[in-house]
Amino acid sequence: MESKIVRVGIADLKTAKAPDLVVTLGLGSCVGITFYDAKTKIGGLAHIMLPDSKQARSGNINPAKFADTAVPVIINELDKLGVNKSRLVVKIAGGAQMFSFMGTDDRMRIGERNTEAVKLALKIEGLRISGEDTGGNYGRSMELNLDTGKVSIKTIDKGVKEL
Amino acid sequence: MEDITSLSLKQMDALREIGNIGAGNAATALSQLLNKRIDMTVPRVSVLPLEKVPDVLGGPENIVAGIFLRVLGNAPGSVMFMLPRNSALVLVDMLLGKEIGSTKMLNDIDQSALKEIGNILAGSYLNALSMLTTLTLLPSVPALAFDMLGAILSVVLAELGQVGDYALVIETEFSETNKEVKGHFFLIPDPGSLNIILKAIGVSADGE
Repeated sequence: MESKIVRVGIADLKTAKAPDLVVTLGLGSCVGITFYDAKTKIGGLAHIMLPDSKQARSGNINPAKFADTAVPVIINELDKLGVNKSRLVVKIAGGAQMFSFMGTDDRMRIGERNTEAVKLALKIEGLRISGEDTGGNYGRSMELNLDTGKVSIKTIDKGVKEL
Repeated sequence: MEDITSLSLKQMDALREIGNIGAGNAATALSQLLNKRIDMTVPRVSVLPLEKVPDVLGGPENIVAGIFLRVLGNAPGSVMFMLPRNSALVLVDMLLGKEIGSTKMLNDIDQSALKEIGNILAGSYLNALSMLTTLTLLPSVPALAFDMLGAILSVVLAELGQVGDYALVIETEFSETNKEVKGHFFLIPDPGSLNIILKAIGVSADGE
């Protein structure tokens, strides 16, 4: 079977199965979360942009945009595909602070807040993080290979590494 | 009530004019600095779904230099001057009087030269805007990142994402005559600031 690349945009989440690759490009302050079940070779990726949906000032929200809503939504979608939550291997990347002068302003520490919110949302679901590459001041692309379950992170200075 | 997806044609025109005047001023400053002719396009005013912004601007994984400044004052927002990797390197060569093509990586001096460019451009852009609107608009200290476009933009998009799913982008493209240096200048008003700007130029939706 031919593998295709499933691209996940900003404030987006998708599920797929082997032999596909799921990728998201250019994570900055956003956080990418991969979910993988080795038994069914089904998995998913969420690219969240903000920590908390309760801070949204508009009524009709896109659940993929926020850490606290994206995590349960993708777990539910995977469940519908027959993936039990207990089998999921979870890895996260991103949450950088792209511009250094922003350290002083809490609103600008968005990357760090996103990472914290993702960890909290995963904890609420009882999921452990088995690989993490967060923080720093650089962008990352994230790829989940559904055939092998491998998650790789690409940066412009450090090349590709496996989580 | 602020809804950027329902701007009238008249309002879009007014915003384009703001971009035109601001960018015109900034282009003049850049031209004087480089002692070269700088061409600019008529500004594009677009209202885009947030997730489309990185694609529209060239693709999330494209390597760019982004000089980012916050706009402080009566109508807060963000200003970003973004150049493709090669343009940024050539611009550094021109600014520092080096042979074109000699800069391959940005050292500390190159980086501060680029930040200074951002400072001057944003300063002239905002000056023109201040005069036109009588609003106080001041640039913050500039910050520079040399990285993937998507990652650089995420900072601005996250800010806008708190209130909605769309971004209003006022964009002008600059190029030096030989096209060796190209860049995009963006003004992205914070949620709430758009109404203040529209009101100041007399095209407020409420007719106040």
